[in-house]
Amino acid sequence: MKLTKALNRSLWAFHFNSGSCNGCDIEIVATLTPRYDLERFGVKLVGSPRHADVLLVTGPVTSQMADRLRRVYAQMPGPKVAMVIGTCGLSGGIFSTSYNLAGPVDQIIPVDVYVPGCAPRPEAIIQGVVTVIAKLERLEVGERND
Amino acid sequence: MTAKKVPYIVPVGPIHPALKEPVHIELTVSGEEVISADFTPGQTHRGIEWMGLSRNPVQIVHLTDRICGICGVTHSLAFARAVEQIADITVPERADYVRTIIAEFERIQSHLLWAGVAAHELGFDTLFYLAWRVREGAMDAIELISGNRVNYDIIQIGGVRRDITEDQFEPIRRCLANYKDLFGKLKMLFLEDAVINSRCKGAGRLSFEKAMAYSTVGPTARASGCTADLRADYPYAAYGDLNVKPVLPTVYSNDINGDTYDRIVVRIFEIAQSIEIIEECLANMPVGRILWEEKVAGILAACKKAKGEAVGLHEAPRGECLHYVAMDLAEIPIAWKVKASSYSNLHVWPLILKGAQLADIPIIVASIDPCLSCTDRVVVTDAAAGRTKIFTKEELTRLSYEKTRRLMQ
Ligand code: SF4
Repeated sequence: MKLTKALNRSLWAFHFNSGSCNGCDIEIVATLTPRYDLERFGVKLVGSPRHADVLLVTGPVTSQMADRLRRVYAQMPGPKVAMVIGTCGLSGGIFSTSYNLAGPVDQIIPVDVYVPGCAPRPEAIIQGVVTVIAKLERLEVGERND
Repeated sequence: MTAKKVPYIVPVGPIHPALKEPVHIELTVSGEEVISADFTPGQTHRGIEWMGLSRNPVQIVHLTDRICGICGVTHSLAFARAVEQIADITVPERADYVRTIIAEFERIQSHLLWAGVAAHELGFDTLFYLAWRVREGAMDAIELISGNRVNYDIIQIGGVRRDITEDQFEPIRRCLANYKDLFGKLKMLFLEDAVINSRCKGAGRLSFEKAMAYSTVGPTARASGCTADLRADYPYAAYGDLNVKPVLPTVYSNDINGDTYDRIVVRIFEIAQSIEIIEECLANMPVGRILWEEKVAGILAACKKAKGEAVGLHEAPRGECLHYVAMDLAEIPIAWKVKASSYSNLHVWPLILKGAQLADIPIIVASIDPCLSCTDRVVVTDAAAGRTKIFTKEELTRLSYEKTRRLMQ
């Protein structure tokens, strides 16, 4: 992984809450604010999926949100990467027995990077982002996203 | 120019790029002014209560932590208190103090989080970053005590799962001292700033009568002059030993307006109050056990013998949180009902948004500190002409920023 080269380009992320408890969402924002400051690498949250390289998904995907998740993912331009943050998006976690789940996330859209934890620490999220950068680099030289 | 009379319907949500939960808001606007507002929550429904009815109370406590990631201790504490009443469990005094300390740290963290978001909605991002940096102090203290930053899982039926040890007192005190030094600065930045004053004073007014009629709770109610605060009204945990007085906007100014500004005043001063409460708890911490019964089997045995119903209450950062539990001689409760504090407060949105300007929507919506909210994309529909214009959350925020800029000129 050539981190310096990758960091020539800023990574823009769109955050999608598919029914999380807010814990992971708060940690994403904590990752971007001064203590952990992911923004110094140009990583920032954008307001539209059409501008994003990475989709950050939190939550176990409730049935109301499944279709919206599909649509948001489809709106993103390639090469794109989807990253699940938090155990409940990985497997349903503590909510796995609920009647209202369409998820976990990888049942709905293809997922590239998983960050486990409930909630994952900001350091873990940063590690996930580094993995995403490596993956995006590979996608750019032609690896297919499937 | 007849078009300006036509009301537009503005659906907002349910996806937000920043941090809050999905909710759908629908506004009818005429030009810049909101005529009426309505909202539909429910996009994050996970069926938690239903899942709870196939688990035992010790397992449910972990589920309650994950109702909301910001109020990590609120729901578990309210739920545990309900079960403890039914099963006749007395919580050791030391555990009560640990519960109080963590609950107050949660309040500090939650109010700072909110203050940051509010500043962000006004386009004051420097203050947003400052508030979130300052908030990390409370997160460190929470992590020190519970071992996790979010979803602390510290409450157990009949006590707490982790004690605060002697060597932890020092870093906690240091954290509090830090906040004390910072408080003057926070107060100045949030309450004396010209932009915040001009944007928040008079915005989203909620009168005392309406606040009472809509049963609002927490800082939203107190900003309108209601003295409701469970910590003072029905003391629980260690609050009985402390002298907690509800914080009203009168701590800072002479009159109560019930506007967004007053809500900031209440929350900022509640941070100071929480610091004092934690200090007092640390100074008077009783010695002894932290659990009524160490073994989970013992707790469950008590639950099996329990019959009856009870309500557990806790004053969360956003106001009263209520859990109703009924048990009938079985490990698994037969009924469990949660009323979170935001539920009481959301209903005033239609009221306080009425007559507001489009650019003021983000801050008014945020001012009650909703635990779900979003302004991701907005569709303005001109019903008469059949035209549709799509606003994104960014555009709406931009309107808000532009208004701030105009005021500064
Ligand atoms: S993984 Fe845990 S903290 Fe994250 S959203 Fe799910 S329940 Fe909340």
